[in-house]
Parts: sequence; structure tokens; C-alpha cells
Amino acid sequence: MAEIPFTAALNRAMAEEMKQDERVVVLGEDVRAGFFGATSGLVDIFGPERVLNTPIWESGIAGMALGLAVTGLRPVAELMFADFFYLAADEIANQMASWHYVTGGQTPVPIVVRTAAGGGFAIGYNHSQCTEASFLNPPGLKIVAPSTAHDAYGLLKSAIRDDNPVLFIEHKLLYGVPGEVPDEEYLIPLGEAAVRREGKDVTVLAWSTMVGKALQASEELEKQGVSVEVIDARTLVPLDEATLLASVAKTGRLVTVEEGRKRGGVGAEIAATVMEKAFGSLKAPVVRVAAPNIPVPSGPAAEAMHVPSVPSIIGGVRTALA
Amino acid sequence: MPVTNLMTFNVSRMEVMDLDGNVDAGLMPDLSPEQVAELYGIMVLTRRLDERMLKLQRQGRLGTFARVLGQEAAHIGAAYAMREGDWLVPAFRETGSFIVRGIPVERVLQYWGGDEWGQHFPEGSRVLPVSVPVGTHMLHAVGIGWAMKQDRERVAVLTVFGDGATSEGDFHEAMNFAAVFQAPAVFLCQNNHWAISVPYGRQTAAASIAQKAIAYGMPGIQVDGNDVFAVYRVVRDALDRARNGEGPTLVEAHTYRMADHTTSDDARKYRPPEETAYWQERDPLERLARYMRRKGLLDEAREAETLARAEAEVDRVVAAYEAFPAPPPDDLFAHLYAEMTPALRAQRDALLAALGEGE
Repeated sequence: MAEIPFTAALNRAMAEEMKQDERVVVLGEDVRAGFFGATSGLVDIFGPERVLNTPIWESGIAGMALGLAVTGLRPVAELMFADFFYLAADEIANQMASWHYVTGGQTPVPIVVRTAAGGGFAIGYNHSQCTEASFLNPPGLKIVAPSTAHDAYGLLKSAIRDDNPVLFIEHKLLYGVPGEVPDEEYLIPLGEAAVRREGKDVTVLAWSTMVGKALQASEELEKQGVSVEVIDARTLVPLDEATLLASVAKTGRLVTVEEGRKRGGVGAEIAATVMEKAFGSLKAPVVRVAAPNIPVPSGPAAEAMHVPSVPSIIGGVRTALA
Repeated sequence: MPVTNLMTFNVSRMEVMDLDGNVDAGLMPDLSPEQVAELYGIMVLTRRLDERMLKLQRQGRLGTFARVLGQEAAHIGAAYAMREGDWLVPAFRETGSFIVRGIPVERVLQYWGGDEWGQHFPEGSRVLPVSVPVGTHMLHAVGIGWAMKQDRERVAVLTVFGDGATSEGDFHEAMNFAAVFQAPAVFLCQNNHWAISVPYGRQTAAASIAQKAIAYGMPGIQVDGNDVFAVYRVVRDALDRARNGEGPTLVEAHTYRMADHTTSDDARKYRPPEETAYWQERDPLERLARYMRRKGLLDEAREAETLARAEAEVDRVVAAYEAFPAPPPDDLFAHLYAEMTPALRAQRDALLAALGEGE
């Protein structure tokens, strides 16, 4: 089994799917060169007709992807930064999300929209956001946010084979992180969370980069005698409620951790769901660890304060236990 | 350093038929008398349907819809120029285009009646559903066009929109990249001069929509949109160019929205009556009828026969529309995802239980 970087896992997933299904095409800004490296080299294997460089054109990339999908193709579109989802929001939230429904399933919408999310590079409020929470609301989308190279590979392959539009959130800080990816092909179904660490006192639900921080926090807490169960949501829509609720039934406490902003965040939706479905299990209010409701600051020091950290997760767990 | 002229451009306008129905023989497209009669029949049917739909709406039997009165030549002539395999990517004021492309028109009424299942068009029809955000669909047309080009299919995409849509960013994006990708697309602007209450002069400072094509690197032409022969001719030529790999074209059909914006609007509040009167003299259906009378293709008997046929078809369409059963409640949940998610299943079950239909 080889350790390969997150981007290489994505690259392998796309290359395999393109090889197995000639309807799979890749499009986006600079995808031939591969701005973050995930699509690099695909054009050499599959040619310019299946790896389409587009100009700077976010709503057009999304709209064009929908046009391609209508003809039977399976586009993997790249929007360079998750912040730019807002530039393409009409096509994503109004159009591609709805088409399976409004055509009664007559028009499958097998589109993956990949994007790079999150901070860590101090590149400002238009290049550093986690915007996935904004897309929980429009019906018809799926949202995936892997935390490891292993999951990135298996989830992207499932996303490409899905007949509904999938927003595939890749954190910039994960791109270079290596992980074990088995040589044999595998898929990870959308909608299945992974329990990363078993515990009995409190459940921490995280995804993307926050899984690693939650695991670090749980190691610290273990030294302090607190047993933390860490769940990697992996897919936010559809959410694996069964795994989450089973864990909450066991621990009676839940902390959600996200890099995105707190108000209207993913944690708010999860907290409401747990309150509706497992209120009797809760021994304490759900705690949300998230970014404050301010734009992502540009300065490195300010940005680091903005993003939830291991200490802030520990603080959240302490609050849940209080 | 001298100042040199970088570019000079001209924008053409084509008219084939005058107000009395006389045609320019050199520009007249090659249409058989049967085809002319067919075009006339579709235009009559579209107008009768439009009138009946208005009555249905006023009676509460149909939802708000966008009338096509006065624009029959523009969107019917254009669709008539399409060939088998071509794609139609419409906005929402193209009822007659659907008829030309063989869509069961009762589906269109079903859509305006508030049932999305009205967008279930026959498999392989290559007609996209009604699109109301005015410009969004133009981007889809570019994607479809590009895909057709990669597949080496010698087909074209016709996308239709209004003058109001040219203010949307989507128009710019679609035009720009259709030209960059040399997508086999024809952009047909039905310039009906009013976007609800906003007149053409408040939509753009440009003298024509057609000239906007120049900046994108594609040909643009204005056509008398109330002259069905001119529209047919110009769009046919543009579709031919697209199929031959010569790239996209912008066609501005200069026409007029004789009716209100939709049935929720009252244009008398903001439009001068003399303007409507000016365009009434240019009525596309009457113009075609004048031509046909001159050519001996239409007399009172044939006119009455065409009208009777249209009425019978409208009766059939309305009956078929009203016979569609209301979709069962669980249908609301059935088609959002290819496979229903657990959360959605729970919401469906909750609704069914509330309706007393739970299992």
C-alpha cells in the first residue's frame, strides 16, 4: 500500500473514472496545468477534448457543466476556490440542484463540482472561506468533505458515479498531506460517516481538516481522563444520522467542529437534528465550535485565531462536560 | 504616433416581406406552399392557444403564464428553421417553438398550471424545459453545443431569450465563451422592447442588440421579427453556419410584446397606446396571411378551415391538460435524488402521516 498525497489520490480517482467511463470530462480554470495539482497530467492521458480549460468563468463553468450533463456527459467541474461558489450560486443552487426533481428524474445531473476551501495560507476573505454551510439549504445537492487521501479517492469516485450534483470540498491544507491509499480500487459510499476514535464521554463531529484537530484534542483530553468519540462526517448531505445518533445515545454529549462560521453553520443544522431526534439522550446542550461571524482575516496571526484550534476544541468539550 | 482605425463595423437588418405581404424574391427562403401553409397553421394555433390560455388563467384554471401574442413569427419562424437533432434551449415565451418541435403542448399548459411534471418532454426531444431566470439557460446552451461538437454531431443549438436577458451577466458569459469555444450555437434574442415595464432604451444604450455580437467575435444580425420569412431565413443560415463548424451567431428578432408581460401584469399602466398601435400594423400573422392571399395560398374557406383545426387542437390540448391527475404527495419526494436520502424519506413519511396516508 502506497502513501500518496491527497491531490494524487484525487488525481488517481479522476483518471480511473475517466478511463472506465468516457463520458467523464473535467473542466475548469487551469485544469490542464492543475492549479493545485489534482488535475495535472489528465490532459496528457485523455486529451484536450476531455480536459477542458475554461476562462475565469465560475457561473459559466457550472452552467456549462449542466449543459454537458444534459447531453449525457458526467462533468467534473473545478471552481478554484470555495468562495467562488457564490459566483456560481445560481447555476449550483437554482439549476443543477433542481433539475433531477423538476424533470422527474428524466434528466440525471451527474456533476461533481470540486473546490478548494479553507484558510491556512493567509490569502484573505475571498480565498479562504469554508462555504459548505451555505449549500445545505438548496435541495438536490450532495456535499462531501473528505479528511484523508484514502477517503478523497473513494469518495470522489462515488461522487463521479452519482446521478445528482455533488459539491466536493477539498481543504487546501490537506492537498499535500500523504495518506495510505490501497492499490486496489475501492469506493466509499456517500452518506456514510466514519468513527475515527471510539469514546464514551462525549461525541465530537467534524469533517475535513477539523477531524485531525479533533483527534489531537481527544488525545489531550484522554490524558485528562476524558474519553472522546470522534466522528468524521465525510458527507454532510446526506448526513449519516444513524452513526451520529448512535454515538450521541452512547455519550449523551455532542460537540460539532467546523472551520466555517457559526451562525447558520453546519453545526447548527446538526444540533437541531440531534435535538429533534435524540433530545432524551442529551445530558448537556450541544456545543458548536466554529469560526466567529466575521470575514476570514488576511493576516496570518488573525487568521489563525479565526480558525478553530485544538485548544478551542478542548474548550468546547469542556463546556459540554460542565 | 498616428492614430489608426482599429475597426469599423456594420450591422445589418434583414426584411423579406413588407407590411402588405410583398416579398423580396432574392431574399425569400425556399419554402414550399405546403411549408408556408404549415407555418401559418402553427402561428394560428399558437395565437388561439395563447388566447384560450388567457381565458383559462382568468377563470383560475391555469397559473400565471407569459403570453406570446405578437411574437409568433420570431419564435415559430426560428424553430421552424431547426433540423432533426438540433437542440432547443428556451426561455419562457416560446410556446410556438415547442409546437414546432413536436412537444405535446398540454405539457406546456401543465407547467404553467403549476405542475413541474409539465417539463417531462418525450425522450430524445432535445428540448430543454421552460427557464424563467431569463438568462441562465444560455450557459447550458454553450455546454450542449460544446458537447455536440466533441461528439462530432453535425447539429446546432438554438437558445432563445429576451432583450431584458441581455442585461444579465449570463448573456455576456454565454456569448463570450460560445465564441471562444466556437460552439455550434445560435443566440436568438426576441427583442420585444419591454422587460415587464422597463423599455428597451433602459435596458441598453446600444442602438441594437445585434451589434453586441461584434465585441464577442461572432456575427450579429437584426431581423424583422414580425416577418416570418426573414426570421426563418436568418436563423436557418445561422444554424447552417453552426453545423458547419463556423461558430455561433447572434440574431436579434426585432418584435413587440403585444400582450402584458405575464397574466400578472397590466401594460396599460406604463405603455403608450400609440406604440402598441404602431406594432399592431405589423402583426406577424396578418402579414403572412396577406402574402398567402396574394399568392393564392389562402382564401376565406382555407382561413376558416385553419382556424377550425386550430380550435379543435386547442380543445384537445385543454382537455388533455385538465385530465392530468394531480401528482400524489409522495411524488414530491420521489425525484429529488436518484436514490431517496434517509432524511428525505423521513420528511415524506411525516407529510403522508399528516395527510392521513401513512402506511
